[in-house]
Amino acid sequence: MFAEKVFVVASLVAVVSALGMLISRSPVRSALWLILTLFCVAGLYLTLSAEFIAVVQILVYAGAIMVLFLFVIMLLNLGALPNLERVDFKKGVGFVLGVAILAQLVFLGATAVGDFPAAASDPEATGAATAIAKELFTRYALPFEMIGILLLVATIGAVMLAKHRFE
Amino acid sequence: MELSGAFDNILADLSGGASVLWLALIGILLIIWDAFKNDDAALPWVAALSVVAAVVLEALRLQDTTTTAFFDLMRVNGVASFVSIVILLSTLLSITLSVPYLKGIRHGYGEVYALILFATSGMLMLGTANSLVTVFVGLETMSIALYILTGLVRSDEGAVESALKYFLLGAFSTGFFLYGIALIYGATGTMYFTEMAGGYAARELPVLFWAGVALFLIGFLFKVSAVPFHMWTPDVYQGAPTTLTGYMSTASKAAAFAALILVLFYGIGTLPVAKWQMPLALVALVTVVLGNLLALTQNNVKRMLAYSSVAHAGYVLIALAAGTSEGYAGAIYYLLIYALMNVGAFGVMAFLEWDDKEGRVQMLDSLSGIGWRRPLLGVTMGVFMFSLTGFPPFGGFFGKIAVFAPAVEAGLTWLAIVGVLASALSGYYYLRVLYVFWMRPIESADRAVRERSFPVPRLSAAVLVTCAVLLIVIGFVPFVRDMTQAFFVGATPAGLL
Amino acid sequence: MGVPLSWYLTLSAVLFSIGVTGVLFRSNLIVILMSVELMLNAVNLTLIAFSQYMGDVSGQILVFFVMAVAAAEAAIGLAIVIAIFRNKLTVDINNINLFRH
Repeated sequence: MFAEKVFVVASLVAVVSALGMLISRSPVRSALWLILTLFCVAGLYLTLSAEFIAVVQILVYAGAIMVLFLFVIMLLNLGALPNLERVDFKKGVGFVLGVAILAQLVFLGATAVGDFPAAASDPEATGAATAIAKELFTRYALPFEMIGILLLVATIGAVMLAKHRFE
Repeated sequence: MELSGAFDNILADLSGGASVLWLALIGILLIIWDAFKNDDAALPWVAALSVVAAVVLEALRLQDTTTTAFFDLMRVNGVASFVSIVILLSTLLSITLSVPYLKGIRHGYGEVYALILFATSGMLMLGTANSLVTVFVGLETMSIALYILTGLVRSDEGAVESALKYFLLGAFSTGFFLYGIALIYGATGTMYFTEMAGGYAARELPVLFWAGVALFLIGFLFKVSAVPFHMWTPDVYQGAPTTLTGYMSTASKAAAFAALILVLFYGIGTLPVAKWQMPLALVALVTVVLGNLLALTQNNVKRMLAYSSVAHAGYVLIALAAGTSEGYAGAIYYLLIYALMNVGAFGVMAFLEWDDKEGRVQMLDSLSGIGWRRPLLGVTMGVFMFSLTGFPPFGGFFGKIAVFAPAVEAGLTWLAIVGVLASALSGYYYLRVLYVFWMRPIESADRAVRERSFPVPRLSAAVLVTCAVLLIVIGFVPFVRDMTQAFFVGATPAGLL
Repeated sequence: MGVPLSWYLTLSAVLFSIGVTGVLFRSNLIVILMSVELMLNAVNLTLIAFSQYMGDVSGQILVFFVMAVAAAEAAIGLAIVIAIFRNKLTVDINNINLFRH
């Protein structure tokens, strides 16, 4: 029962703060709302006994990605934004699309897994860092190395695109 | 933790995945080299030579039976080698053309070539994948490198804006693509293509699975710029440096299509029900028709070629919609020919730019009579345009036979007919380029402006001539076509065993 | 596990849709990037839920990779935003005109 209570609280806060991100006018507030959502998602990972991913979620998202966002917002000094965003045709289409996707995915999530086969092993075991490390460095060693290349590409690219004078 | 035996096959794995690892390694070396000796002139040639080495390696493995490496995460030999060669060939030709071009637009940084190698490495992983994990990682490595290359000339508004558009739509489509992977994973319990059919049968979650496949296909259709996910293509192709557009439009498309073919052939296609064929056929239909119609109205050659590449994605989709071994074989054969035609066409355009905007604002009319002034470019462009239209005896003709015939055999005659009619239509805009090149009088007024276009170094000329010659002879070498068919006919998808 | 799988999938769908709406609705580039991050997070939740209910680690490995990709995308996206801002002094997508037709 405890896990269910945690789920209800965390998911409500996550949805509310995601909506907060959506409607905040100031990008700084959007970022702060998003950080709250990300923390709640980390809490939900804990209810799934995915401890390692929960910790990584906080370290990577809250610790690195969102700090980067806030840094750029400060760097560009984006205080002065237009007050109201226009609602035009494109946005109307966007809204309808968004609602349609929501309806379909919710239907899918709520009904499609009615008789989902039970787990073969204990979730505590598969969520632990040792289990993930073992797979990551044996079976998934090749994509793991490629992810290293991807991060290198992103580093080089960020410098090339954002540096004032690149030579 | 028990780890003994985990790396028993490490040597076989390393040799199997040698091209991917080799290019990534050379890329890292280039970055370090560039740090010590900035923008060294030898750097691009090291990149090119490393690609040559990879091509040779993969060519030696073409005849071997296709197997897997790295815990079945990727395919090696046979069809995987063929796909790798297509990607590597397009990379090699593009690097060679890019050296003088990027120098001409003053953006010949050493990092560019390292990024090209990293992107190629990601493409090889994507194009030979046997698992949704490698598809995702390969696709993202490729995409992120391409976003950067698109915005390379970042002092220019147009280039950065096209990079932004590419990035935003790419990241957005990644979300859907990933959702698709998650749902397929939930419905089958596996990330491996070859285990999908078994997992699906064991679980019986059809709604989840097909919803996942639909989202997954959206991600792919975006990457190969099929209608209705093509809106980024013209802006991005127009905004990126021209030779890199050639690279993007051929290598990344070949990799994404190859991954799609592998997942259909070994995974989704082995399922008892085939619900994916009709939607794919409809997408192919719309893509071919709309791509060609929009290309008709363009006056900027780069933009015209962008819409034409949308149309060509449609031709490949026609073969995939057939869903037969011949269809898959025809598709990868077409990808090879398309790579030669398109790298060549963008290569020619790269050397005819004099607007200082990477050809973005230059109209076709400004090229009047250029064929007489730059006969090499004019003649090779003639070959590429005839081939893109699909005239015999050029490669494009044999490629189109290879993609349309399987569709007819599979009962999609209407689709093949639309494809043929659309290619006839495409003759109008391809041949118009040649008309302007050769039939219009030279306008002497802006001759001075024209002197600013890039000279064609011998090596680049050799690349263009090589593309053209290959396109002329490839149809008469039945060996290549037979080989592609053997890849799929001989092999039984593991999922059916 | 106490919480039913469908709860996680539904929540994930809701968060994903909020992300999609954010990308389509907002005109501030930085908020659009944040919405993309939210979309990826929603998918991660689905992956982890499936992975834990099936007792299969590969879903969590993919989530690990997705996080790395999200970081890379954020870095590149923000670099592009800075480059745009340098050229046009705006991060409003309505003021950014790509080549017409």
